[in-house]
Amino acid sequence: MTQPLDLQSISAHYGTTKVLEDLSLSVQAGELVSLLGASGCGKTTTLRLIAGFLSPTTGSITLGGRDLTRLPPHKRDIGLVFQNYALFPHLSVLDNVAFGLKQRGLGSTERRKRAMGMLERVGLTPLADRSPGALSGGQKQRVALARALVIEPPLLMFDEPLSNLDAKLRVDMRVEIRQLQRANGTTSVYVTHDQEEAFSISDRVAIMNAGRLMQFDRPEVLYRRPANTFVARFVGFENIIPFKVTARDGAAVAAETAGMTLHLSQAGFGSIPDSFLLATRPDGLAVSTDPDAEGLPAQLGLRTYLGRAYQYQCETPAGRVVANGSLTTPLEAGTRVKLVPVPEQCTILPAEGAH
Amino acid sequence: MSDRPHPILVGVAALVYLFLMVPLVIVVGAALSDTTYLTFPPKGLSLRWFENIFEISAFRRTIVTSLQIAFLGTLIALLIGIPAAYALNRFRVELPNWLGTLFVLPILVPEIVFGFALLKSLTAGAGVPIFAALLIGHTLLVLPYVVRVISASLASFDFSIEEAAISLGSAPVKTFFTIVLPNVRAGVIAAFILAFITSLNDVSVSLFLTGPGISTLPIQILAHVEQFFDPTVASVSVLLMFLTVAVMAVVERTLGLTFLAK
Ligand SMILES: Nc1ncnc2c1ncn2[C@@H]1O[C@H](COP(=O)(O)OP(=O)(O)OP(=O)(O)O)[C@@H](O)[C@H]1O
Ligand SMILES: [Mg+2]
Repeated sequence: MTQPLDLQSISAHYGTTKVLEDLSLSVQAGELVSLLGASGCGKTTTLRLIAGFLSPTTGSITLGGRDLTRLPPHKRDIGLVFQNYALFPHLSVLDNVAFGLKQRGLGSTERRKRAMGMLERVGLTPLADRSPGALSGGQKQRVALARALVIEPPLLMFDEPLSNLDAKLRVDMRVEIRQLQRANGTTSVYVTHDQEEAFSISDRVAIMNAGRLMQFDRPEVLYRRPANTFVARFVGFENIIPFKVTARDGAAVAAETAGMTLHLSQAGFGSIPDSFLLATRPDGLAVSTDPDAEGLPAQLGLRTYLGRAYQYQCETPAGRVVANGSLTTPLEAGTRVKLVPVPEQCTILPAEGAH
Repeated sequence: MSDRPHPILVGVAALVYLFLMVPLVIVVGAALSDTTYLTFPPKGLSLRWFENIFEISAFRRTIVTSLQIAFLGTLIALLIGIPAAYALNRFRVELPNWLGTLFVLPILVPEIVFGFALLKSLTAGAGVPIFAALLIGHTLLVLPYVVRVISASLASFDFSIEEAAISLGSAPVKTFFTIVLPNVRAGVIAAFILAFITSLNDVSVSLFLTGPGISTLPIQILAHVEQFFDPTVASVSVLLMFLTVAVMAVVERTLGLTFLAK
């Protein structure tokens, strides 16, 4: 029942505007993959292509070896969960859930039995006879989930299913979705623009930008080892500083940027090219008042309070960077400091234009 | 602040009701009068002018014709107008803006001009039989109302509901009938009633298209008052009002039945 989904170099247009370019994505059987990206990057468009409401200009879509590219949407057998729930307003909760079963020609007793069973799994048994208009947002989304799951589709797709819910419910629901998805082992594509949501529930995350796939990997990898500056900035590596290698000695590498030399061990980073970008989060730059420390000379600017640390905007010869300093010694604007990269919290990116 | 409406508001509302009701009361009163001329308040009470309607064969015939034209014309307008309104809303982004305006244009043309144009092109021009010409004329007359009213109710319809049904395995045409239509039923009922009444009461378009042997009730009323001043016109008007209310009730009941049963 679980099937792999394969998108092969898909491109898509609305009229003459290109919204997806050469998108390839392989989702393994039983895997939950999130599409993550800013508004307008083409996430919904990708779902609509897979669902069949839009045709790709080029490329192909296969599900479990079955070519979907030219199949009409009602024959694709895909469970969809929408942001605005899209429940049938004129049908009861039970009839909403049973709708897909009816299309599959099941008799009314069998339909009722299965739909009630599904409603029980999402904890809505007492609401079976309600009209969707008389449900809360969270209940509506559970009905939508039950309606999509009950047809036991080989593929489930979610388009920002939780964005109309409040923060607490969002966290509860995403755990629930993940548990149901795991229990059924249904291959799933999940669209969101919330990074935490994507990272917490996905096996792998596809980060998209302007209709292109930027990186597709496990959340742990994306978080620690982004492959390019776009993904790096997206996952919070706010500081990206260019370096040039000046010396290599076995695994030890010395690199230099305006006013500082950095010593790295190749071991932690794989290969280090002669010219690279060092990316760090604000926590990855230690603020040192020791004038002899080996770090990037900087002048502190605006200080903001984050609760767990102070954050400083810093002017350096390599441009403006952001660093977090300790709570015990708040420093004033204008102070001259050294910013010392913490290698464990840094990652290395190929220099711009090199990829 | 108190919950009671402001006295001025109550006064204005009462005036509006009075303004709306007085003509009805006068017409009903005049229709019941026992006199041979139109008068209000009625002198004596009698139903003889209602009987008189059915004694005049022209009234009998035109009532039937009017009902046929109004019913068929509304039906055809719905058959054209519902899919048109659906397409205009479903593909709003893809379709050019002027296409929607096209369906409203007949409202902008003075009905007299519209009727004359139809006479020229249909009856006189193409030799279309009178009944067919009337039917075409009335269909075109009510089509803009149908498209407007159903568009308004489709405008608040969320088309992702339709996509949800399709993704669950329901073919697009079937989805239209099982999912879209039930959710715009109120619009369809309103469109039916509005179109039916517009057609039933129309004078300007029918004036040009009626001909020897075939006429509509409003035209017959006009012809009657040119010669007679008896209360028959009043009783016909009352009859027309009751017919309208009856049609509204029947439409509400049949089209609205599943809605009420929910
Ligand atoms: N019907 C349409 N006609 C023309 N352009 C469209 C249409 N629908 C979407 N677009 C454009 O295609 C691009 C991708 O849209 P899409 O809806 O896939 O974005 P998204 O990633 O889902 O964004 P969001 O997070 O805001 O939902 C956007 O630039 C959008 O303006
Ligand atoms: Mg979207």
